[in-house]
Amino acid sequence: MYETHYHRAKDLAEAAKLFAEGSDSRYLSGGQTLLPTMKQRLAAPSDVIDLTLIPELKGITGGSEMVTIGAATTHFEVANSEVVKANIPGLAELAATIGDPAVRHRGTMGGSLANNDPAADYPAAVLGLGATIHTTKRTIAAEAYFTGLFTTALEEGEIVTKVAFPVPAKSAYMKFRNPASRYAMAGVFVARMKDGKIRVGVTGAGNRGAYRSASMENALWVSFSPDALNGIEVDPADMLSDLHGSAVYRANLVKVMAKRAVAQIA
Amino acid sequence: MTTVSVKVNGKAVSSEVEDRTLLVQLLRENLRLTGTHVGCDTSQCGACVVHVDGRAVKSCTLLAVQADGAEIVTIEGLAVNGELHPMQAAFHENHGLQCGFCTPGMIMTAVDMVYRLGNDIDEKTVRHELEGNLCRCTGYHNIVKAIRDGAQRMTP
Repeated sequence: MYETHYHRAKDLAEAAKLFAEGSDSRYLSGGQTLLPTMKQRLAAPSDVIDLTLIPELKGITGGSEMVTIGAATTHFEVANSEVVKANIPGLAELAATIGDPAVRHRGTMGGSLANNDPAADYPAAVLGLGATIHTTKRTIAAEAYFTGLFTTALEEGEIVTKVAFPVPAKSAYMKFRNPASRYAMAGVFVARMKDGKIRVGVTGAGNRGAYRSASMENALWVSFSPDALNGIEVDPADMLSDLHGSAVYRANLVKVMAKRAVAQIA
Repeated sequence: MTTVSVKVNGKAVSSEVEDRTLLVQLLRENLRLTGTHVGCDTSQCGACVVHVDGRAVKSCTLLAVQADGAEIVTIEGLAVNGELHPMQAAFHENHGLQCGFCTPGMIMTAVDMVYRLGNDIDEKTVRHELEGNLCRCTGYHNIVKAIRDGAQRMTP
């Protein structure tokens, strides 16, 4: 790891100030992506600003209409939260599949969303539930937030503070893990909202990152059953392709995972 | 250089570190607690797992300065008065190791597993929970057996 300077921010104002003072600053949350990247010398920030002790980034609140999760909440906390388990069990189950137990003890929702790894799990739920991302500057709708591989609508220095998830009638997440790395090669979050609308968020597979599948949503709107997806074509031209799986393979995986998610809640 | 103050295995210690120093480097190089191992460079293998404020974490994926003020337990902190921790004893008796390199991380993960999931953990759950710990000898069979045995031995 190259030399860096570590700062612990006590509040959001101090975090922003410290960020602006560094020549090439990065915010640090759980560090489960940033630190391995720094160890490999693929990132070399001059300053890292630790956000995890800022009180307003912590905690989970809400009830039967909306669940709001602070950005510095760990995957472990989301997976074990009574509020999340009672209202959006699909989200708690998703969080329990991220990484491994030690990673879940450190990694955070805000860190995952700010990084927007194309194989990250949370983006599927944020899109699949139509969540709203709250930042230090504004609120951003899920559709406007994810802008490409490892890129988001966040501006320089902007911090995700919390994420508000509308509570669905039912939701489920299914992913196909790479057998070695265990990252999602395709992960599909399906939600049936209380107004009957269907939302489908896909991660791990798209060549522009996580996305919503309008064609699947429409098909499931007509008939909420796995078979309703039989006629859906996932275009391989939209898929990632690498040594772990071709675009055609991933296109099929997306459909299979979507069907399994629907089967779980139909 | 930054001063990091932590409690390691019940003992308060302070150490001067560079900000880029990883917790595992502080433990191994500054405090000479070499039971915590580094088995990879990529945060995947889990040989470096220790408990920070009661939770298993990968000490290679945490800056030492991030741990300032924390209570840390390493593999050296499990035995009491020279008597092996029940999980260590279970690994010993079930031959839960081959080369032994991954063992400290396996045991720290196993103890954390019991803290979270209780004394009765089925085989499938143990195997799933070991997702972040790699045994390059592939000796998982006895590791799983040892963890289930050790879980039973630990006081509820």
